[in-house]
Amino acid sequence: MTAKSDIKSGVSRRNFLKTSAAAAVGAGLGSGVITGFPTIWAQNPITLRQFGTGVSNLNAIAEKCKEDLGITIQMTATDSDAAAQRAVTQPDSYDIADVEYWILKKVFPAGVIQPMDISRLKHYDQIVPLFKTGKLLPDSVIAQGTAPHTVGFVEGPDSRDFAKGETEWFTMVPTIYNADTLGIRPDLVGREISSWADIMDPAFKGKSAIINVPSIGIMDAAMIMEAMGLITYGDKGNMTTEEIDATVDFLIKAKQDGQFRAFWKSFDESVNLMSSGEVVIQSMWSPAVAAVRSKGTACTYQPLKEGYRSWGGGMGLAAHLSGAQLDAAYEYINWYTSGWVGGYLNRQGYYSANMETAKQHMTPDEWGFWIEGKPAQGDILAPDGTVMEKAGAVRDGGSFEERMGKVACWNSVMDEDRYMVRRWNEFIAA
Amino acid sequence: MNALLARATPYLQATPLLLILGFFLAVPILLLLVVSFWDYDFAGIYPDFLTLNYAEALGSWVTWRIYANTLKYAVIVWAITALVGFWVAYFLAFHVRTATMQMVLFLICTVPFLTSNIIRMISWIPVLGRNGLINSGLTGAGIIEQPIEWLLYSDFAVVLAMVHLYTLFMVTPIFNAMMRIDKSLVEAARDAGAKDWQVIWNVVLPLAKPGIAIGTIFVVTLVMADFSTVQVMSGGQSASVALMMRNQMSLLQYPAAAANAIVLLVLVLLMVAGMLRIVDIRKEL
Repeated sequence: MTAKSDIKSGVSRRNFLKTSAAAAVGAGLGSGVITGFPTIWAQNPITLRQFGTGVSNLNAIAEKCKEDLGITIQMTATDSDAAAQRAVTQPDSYDIADVEYWILKKVFPAGVIQPMDISRLKHYDQIVPLFKTGKLLPDSVIAQGTAPHTVGFVEGPDSRDFAKGETEWFTMVPTIYNADTLGIRPDLVGREISSWADIMDPAFKGKSAIINVPSIGIMDAAMIMEAMGLITYGDKGNMTTEEIDATVDFLIKAKQDGQFRAFWKSFDESVNLMSSGEVVIQSMWSPAVAAVRSKGTACTYQPLKEGYRSWGGGMGLAAHLSGAQLDAAYEYINWYTSGWVGGYLNRQGYYSANMETAKQHMTPDEWGFWIEGKPAQGDILAPDGTVMEKAGAVRDGGSFEERMGKVACWNSVMDEDRYMVRRWNEFIAA
Repeated sequence: MNALLARATPYLQATPLLLILGFFLAVPILLLLVVSFWDYDFAGIYPDFLTLNYAEALGSWVTWRIYANTLKYAVIVWAITALVGFWVAYFLAFHVRTATMQMVLFLICTVPFLTSNIIRMISWIPVLGRNGLINSGLTGAGIIEQPIEWLLYSDFAVVLAMVHLYTLFMVTPIFNAMMRIDKSLVEAARDAGAKDWQVIWNVVLPLAKPGIAIGTIFVVTLVMADFSTVQVMSGGQSASVALMMRNQMSLLQYPAAAANAIVLLVLVLLMVAGMLRIVDIRKEL
């Protein structure tokens, strides 16, 4: 379950403390002046252990960080439930937690993440307002679920309760996020798809699928039910037991009527269902859509009028960090938000939270295609150099503002989580 | 002193096995039992003595339904593999004349097992799918208008894959049992005027019973513990006991999964005990 990628062998923490103490003395004696941080890190390699849910645990980022800052990043990827557990139960096993916001909501009250002083974050001002106020544009509607800004701030360095609005203390620096919707086979659906309700169309009986991960599947189901006009949720991201019952009963009925072909659990299952034509409309993740398309099969990440189900992650500092390691962690985060990583993530079809800096690391054509929703002038290349989209292609759903401006709900954790999982298992067994 | 050593020798000889079984069998099962009474939340598991995990598992209709579903697979797969296994073994043991040919044919039976379980299972998907070999063949030949939907992601697909995966576990012990049947018994039966089916029914079948029993134990325990075949071949539409445990483990609900594991263990042990009462397999060993 746990994949570990170790980017070059770093030094142990104890070794680091010894050498850095010696180096500090040496540097003090030698020059009498402490120069810029990057130089110091290069001379005294420091290791930061980062763990998280995989999407942004990319080796390319660790390698580039080593090159630019001399800081070794040791990355460990787990699934989200294991990440939540590890964050709470082994707080000394990591320095930086790279987790989704709904996980943060679960783990922050345990006191394992220390709030960040925004005055030390160089690029704080450029973070998109979605993560500060919940509104991408001044007239956006705040989405349901665990919206990042609701768990983004605390009142002080020792506070464990989330603040109502923007403060000086930031819980996590947002790094990566995206808007999820339904994937379709445009060649096989035979009509225009414009609503989440379309997945329940009798025409697609036995040709639709949804994700079998309870916390995400229930949200997709909620989007579908609300789109069909069967129910209006108080908050899709935090359903009451009655709402959970209604949603699961609805799913069970649809299943018994034979509406679904399958329920997928892993990325490649969803790709195979779609590319083999077993399924023509289903919940999907954006890289899976790209994977189907790379096999030469038409697949669209269809924007829907009810909006997107969105997810977002960020980096939090472990509570135990202090001194030189804390400085290095801030240094790393400032580097992370300074543009290179942002450009890298944007080019993968995700979004960076620091768009202004990311723009400087993308070509105008890439920026136009990925962020502004314009037709590609030339071929759009993947990070490994293969052609991802041909010239003239337009991104599904259009520009960043069109997509992230239409978020209906965020991935979330419900108060009735345990009950929901039990009922979801009934749906799968039914 | 010597007498003491003589008495201790058998125990000393049994010690390595005892240690191995103790470490790798008894201790894990004991831990499973202990953890099944613990409390848990999303962040961890806590030592306690709660019967809640059992109450939740046994008190829910979902559990019963999943057990019924798993038993259904076990019974169907057992019946088919026993039938197929018996006749394959019978052919090998009584119709193939030379021992060399018997071994060659038997090895051919094992060829599919040179590839991984998962691959053998997944390779059914392009065959059975909506646009798979069978459906495109039948529609192409004009035999059917619409692709047959129930070939894949159905109970049929699950049973088919399981039969494919587990038949050899039935063939081997039955073949082994049949090879021990004294051929003169068959001759005597013929001399006494028995027809072919009477020989099979009155001589071969009773003597092959221990082999069938061992094969049954293999197949039933494998099917009861299966989760990947059910997940992949039913497309997540069906559940099995092990799949339910896997779901719980992926949500870090270890105590709940442990409680289910204990229930399953007890059930399977009861089934095996039942089989052993009917057939004395020690004759075979």
